[in-house]
Formats: sequence, C-alpha cells, structure tokens
Amino acid sequence: MRHFRLSRIFTYVILTIWSLIALFPIWTLLVNSFKIQKDIFADPFGLPKYFTVAGYVAAWTQGRFDLYFYNTIYVTVISLALILFLGSLAAYAMAKWKSRLTSFLYVFFIAGMMIPIRLGTIDLVRMMKALNLLDTLWSLIPVYVAMGMPIATFVLTAFIQSLPDEMFDAARVDGASTWDIYILIVLPLLRPALATVAIFNMIKIWNDFWFPLVFIRAQQSRTIALGVSLLFGEYQTDWNKALSVLSLAAVPMLLLYILLSREFIKGLTAGAIKG
Amino acid sequence: MTQAAVNEQKKRSLSGYLNETLLSNESRRKMTWLLFLLPAFLVYVVFMAAPLFDSLRLSLFTGTGLTPTTFVGLQNYIDLFTNDLWRVRFFGAVLHTCIFFAIHMTVQNTLGLLFAALLASNFRGRNVYRTIIFAPATLSVLVVGFLWTLILNPTWGAVNIILTKVGLGSLALPWLGDENLALPIISLTSAWQWVGMPTVMFLAGLVGIPEELSEAARVDGASEWAIFWRVKFPLLIPVVGIVAVITFVDNFNAFDVIYAMAGARGSPNYSADLLATLFYRTGIAGEHPVGLPNMGMGAAIATMTFLILMIGVLLWLFLIRRQSSSEA
Repeated sequence: MRHFRLSRIFTYVILTIWSLIALFPIWTLLVNSFKIQKDIFADPFGLPKYFTVAGYVAAWTQGRFDLYFYNTIYVTVISLALILFLGSLAAYAMAKWKSRLTSFLYVFFIAGMMIPIRLGTIDLVRMMKALNLLDTLWSLIPVYVAMGMPIATFVLTAFIQSLPDEMFDAARVDGASTWDIYILIVLPLLRPALATVAIFNMIKIWNDFWFPLVFIRAQQSRTIALGVSLLFGEYQTDWNKALSVLSLAAVPMLLLYILLSREFIKGLTAGAIKG
Repeated sequence: MTQAAVNEQKKRSLSGYLNETLLSNESRRKMTWLLFLLPAFLVYVVFMAAPLFDSLRLSLFTGTGLTPTTFVGLQNYIDLFTNDLWRVRFFGAVLHTCIFFAIHMTVQNTLGLLFAALLASNFRGRNVYRTIIFAPATLSVLVVGFLWTLILNPTWGAVNIILTKVGLGSLALPWLGDENLALPIISLTSAWQWVGMPTVMFLAGLVGIPEELSEAARVDGASEWAIFWRVKFPLLIPVVGIVAVITFVDNFNAFDVIYAMAGARGSPNYSADLLATLFYRTGIAGEHPVGLPNMGMGAAIATMTFLILMIGVLLWLFLIRRQSSSEA
C-alpha cells in the first residue's frame, strides 16, 4: 500500500506544478492589468497596490474595443447560425440517404479537416476583392461557414446515424415530410451535438486572426484579434494599457470556459474524439 | 438577404413545384435530399475547395498585385528550389517548421501523455486539474503570444525575475532576441498553450481501456510502470497517431504565435520564420522593398505546404490501414 500512496503524492506534485505553470501567465496578465506602470515593474506578481482601470477605459473608448467586440460578436453569431443550419441539413441527408453520392460527399467534407483553408487565401483575397467585400465583415462570414463545414458534417452525421431508423420510418408512415422530420425530430434530438459543433467553431472564429489580418484594414470592420494586434503595437511602452487590451480579449472566453469547461473540452477535441 | 435565406426560399418554391408535378415518391424524396445537401456543398466548394485548387493554377503565373497574369509554367517552383533569393528563405522556413513540430511532438505530446496517465486514476480534484491544464487552449493564440512576449521581455522580465530569485540569474537572457533561442522558446510557449489537447485525447483513450486488462497484469505481479507501457500504451497507439497528425497539421499551419512573438519576418534574422509567415509575406503582405505581393510565388509556397501536409496525412492513413490489417 505504501507504493500506492507514493504514486498518489507523485500525481499531486506533478499536476500541481504544471497547474501553477499554466496559471502563472494568466495571473500575471490579469493582476497587472489593474496596476499602475511603476508597480507593474516593482512587483509583477502581487496584488495591485493602487487599483486602476485606466487601461481598460482607454482600450474601450480610445482603442474602440466597444466596436471590435460588437464586430466579433456579429461575425461569430451569424457564422455559427449558418454553420449549424447548413451543416445539420447536409448531415441529415448524408446520414439517412444511403447512396454513392452521399458517401462520396461525406469523404469530401471530412477531407477539409486535414487541409487548412488558409492555403487558399490568395484566391480568397482575389474573390473578396472581386465581390467588393474586402474591409467588410461579410468577407469573413462565408469563409468561416465554409471552414466550419467539415467538423459540422463529421460530428452531426455520426450523431444522426446513431438515431434509430425506426423512428424516422414511423414518422414517414404518419405522413411527415423530410422537412417536417428535420424540424420536429432531428433538430431537437441533435441539440447536444449542435452544442459541440457550436463551441468548436465559436472558439475558432472568435480567436481567428488570419482572415481579419488579410481582409480588413478599415477601423469600422476590425475584430478583437485585429484590434489587439494593432493596439498592442501602439501601447508597447504603456504596459498597463497593453495588458488591459490582452485581458479584454482573453476574459470573455475564459469566463465562458469556467462556466462550461466540460462542453469546451468536448467541443475543442470534437475532431479527434468521436461523439 | 442572406445566403441561407435565399437557399431556403428556393427550396420551398422548388419543392412546392415538385409536389404538384407527377414525380414519384421516390424521386421526390431524392430531390429533397439533394436540396438539403446543396447549400452546405456550395459554400464549401466556393469558399474552401475551389480556392485551394485554384491556388495550384495561380502558382504557375507571375505578376505583382492582385492579378498574376503572365504564365510562367514551373518557374516559381524552380526559383523556390534553386534561386538563392528564394531558396534560402524557403528551406529555412521548412527547417524551422520541422523544428517547431519536433518540439511540439516531444514536449507537448509527451507531457500530455504524462498528464493523461496521472489523470486517468481516480482521485479528488482530478477534474479541477484537467480544467486548469486545458484552460490556455481556449485563449487566442495571438493574445498568448503577446502575453509571453511581455513576460519574457528583458526590461520587465517576469521570467527573468523568477530565475534571478531562485539563483539562476545567469540564465536570465533576452530570450526572444537571440537567433538560437527565439524559435525553441516560441515553440515551448505554444506547447504550453496546447498541452491540454493531447492530455484530453490520451485521457479519453486511457479511460476506454477495460480495467480487467490491467487487473489481470497486476495479479501476475506487473508493476504499474510495466502495466502502462506493456498493456495500456499499445492500445493507445491509434490515439497517438491522431494526436501526431493533428499536431502536424496545426504546426505546419502555425502563424499567429510567430506573428505575435517574432513578427511577420520571424525575427531575429528570420530565425523563427515558418512556412506560414513566408507565405504571408510573399503572397499577401508583400516583401520589402517591393511592398507588393507576389501572388504567384505565394501560391507556389501554399502548394508546397499543401503537398507536405498531403504526404504526412497519407503516410498516417497508410500506417493505420497497415496496423488494422495486421490486427485482423
């Protein structure tokens, strides 16, 4: 039994050390964002002596984080709604219409999980330019929807396949159309899988920096990630402001994660772990 | 009107039309299925598949700005491999991306396996540990990169303060300013952020292994160490494969962390330049002193990245197929 206790102590020691390493930068970020410049340098790890929110106020008003938050929420919400709607429609067809076409399409969609959409960026820039969408939020949304299709069809098709065929047959016998079944049966049952897909894509879209960097310059269309990159350069010597900007970008996701950690972990690993 | 709304309306009117005609039940149902598939298919093809394949075509052209119009055949690729102007940067980027990947595989995935093995047993607080280990993965890569830049900054140097306090003052270096250190340090911060992913994946794999197997080995007198490596790890090989291939695809696509910590040029002196930053400078941002993007060359770099990814993924598929057929 002594061996057993030793291994338990080993477990706690290792995991505690790593937890400290994992939390240390986040702690440093949050605690210093409330300090004045002098204290950030004098005492980087302690609680603030003079509590200030000046950095946050500056980021929110001068830095226009109010606008960047609005833009990011707008893009994320519309993209997610479209991903879930289009993805679940296609997944339903691929799960319940057994044909050579659907098995081909399934593979075609899934292949996108291994091939990053960024490699097609040059063509996308030309396309957005031709569509006159550069510098607008609508240059981002279609790309995010396309980017979300592989994981959505992968997770949702597997989920619908696991639903018993008898249920669908019974509904058909009662005279329900394919569309009725989608609305009345598939969507309500699909909710947990939709949540997984939503969380996966929400994190990707909310945190995406690449496409805003490439598509957007105008201030009125900037997202949080783009705003952070520009303001971080601007505030480089004012550490309180720089840390406040980073906190503003990090805190919403951290709060959601604390509330929904189980769903987040399941969502982010959705591509790797089935179901 | 949104794309979805347009498709939605089309679908309604079309299915109404079909209902009135004398289509058989069977083909009417097929028609509905096709309409269900169409919107997702269109968005995916237009905004993902087609741009990817059109990049292949663009890589055969040259010209600055948004319209590479002059057909040059394979000249971009020849330049990439033989012209010193490109060759040095391209092979540098390939090498750096491989180092970046190697550090993730050894540090991030080994730590992930260790944490998963520890978390797999039942003890108080394991969910708290799991939640903490995974937390950095939910943050934006860009924010994490900037944050570590501040922490590693020699003028503030939270890390250097700690090192000095524990008596390792000689190790307090300008981490990101050193050509030999920048890339490994950036790789380690990225591994710090993502270690929760392999942890959770390995954990799911370990939890799925029936307890009877370890129990039987324990009765035979095997140590916990031996049980892990001889009984559990072989069953975990498919998960190791998935973790490896996901790490591979992510790493060969990494951009944000380099942009945040080393800039678009992978400074200092291109020592942290990855394929994605080279792609960005060449094809999108435009390189100093020209300042205009060379889209044809950018597309060639994207195509090479695509090929490297394809080879890696196909190798992985080949290995799982061989493994599953040797088991059967």
